[in-house]
Amino acid sequence: MKFAIQVNEGPYQHQSSDSAYFFTKAALEKGHEVFRVFFYHDGVNNASRLTTPPQDDRNVVARWAELAEEHDLDMVVCVAAAQRRGMVDEGEMQRNGKDATNIHPRFRISGLGQLVEAAIQSDRLVVFGD
Amino acid sequence: MSTLHTVNKSPFEKPSLDACLAHVGGGASVLLLEDGVYAATKGTAVEERVKGALDSVKLFVLGPDLMARGLSEDRVIEGISVVDYAGFVDLAAENDKVQAWL
Amino acid sequence: MSETIKKFLYLNRKAPYGTIYAWESLEVVLIGAAFDQDVSLAFMDDGVYQLTKGQDTTGVGMKNFSPTYAALGDYEVKKIFVEKESLDERGLTLDDLQHLVWEDEDDDWAEKDSIRLVSREEMTAIMDDADVVFSF
Repeated sequence: MKFAIQVNEGPYQHQSSDSAYFFTKAALEKGHEVFRVFFYHDGVNNASRLTTPPQDDRNVVARWAELAEEHDLDMVVCVAAAQRRGMVDEGEMQRNGKDATNIHPRFRISGLGQLVEAAIQSDRLVVFGD
Repeated sequence: MSTLHTVNKSPFEKPSLDACLAHVGGGASVLLLEDGVYAATKGTAVEERVKGALDSVKLFVLGPDLMARGLSEDRVIEGISVVDYAGFVDLAAENDKVQAWL
Repeated sequence: MSETIKKFLYLNRKAPYGTIYAWESLEVVLIGAAFDQDVSLAFMDDGVYQLTKGQDTTGVGMKNFSPTYAALGDYEVKKIFVEKESLDERGLTLDDLQHLVWEDEDDDWAEKDSIRLVSREEMTAIMDDADVVFSF
């Protein structure tokens, strides 16, 4: 079965990113396909490669990135939500004249259409948020 | 169409569970996760409402979220099934859709 | 684009301005309209506050996005379900909400109401009927 996952909250502040991660991992381990993980609202902050959690805590961003690496997951950060919150990749940096990027290379920034497409293409949309 | 409803709010903080239960058809499944798991425990002010819901819906609670909050499975109201993340995935797959009561 | 037509239901249960969910969920509806799916919007619980008339954000420095709801008809979003019980609980009636319309090209572009007041029971059936539920 094909799943689409939507994550509405950022890391650490709210459990929803953790719940989404464990759901996604369990789905993949069961042999399901995860068509896309879409990060929206403050969920875009899950894509920051600059987070430094304390060593005795989980690294939410790295954990998503490792799962994506292992399973070739498509992890998409909403562009409109990202722009508002200062999540920047190379393209956004140039387009908006910023002096830095902060997005982890396993994530990509794209439009909201990617969420809608994921909902159409997948058998289930599972939303995690506040 | 069968639906898996997810509720992640404590019933003492927000009325999400009540809103969900007021809108579920017979045979629906409701999964309590994150702070929603507090509704699954015995001896609370909402216990009777939760028990009443068991007449018409199937209730599940996410085990790892119970454990994290120091709640052992013997604190869970009879009739509510404890599932892990793999069980959550199964519920999502078995039902026709998942509706989150955020 | 896919040929599959799914019944999309956008579930709105949160009030505007206190958090961004209402506005960013409306952005999904506007983008989603381009995908030619069977779209419905549900407003219940605090979500009904999104549709109230007379919103003026000048004093809080935020964008007033309430006029955007009036544009939904232009995006072919014609099915907006508002739960009566949620209005009642909040001391509101349909008169407190914006009058949202769409133009029916098969009926000489007559303006038709987009908002349908539904009971909790009807809302349950609408949710049950959806293929995909978006929550924000």
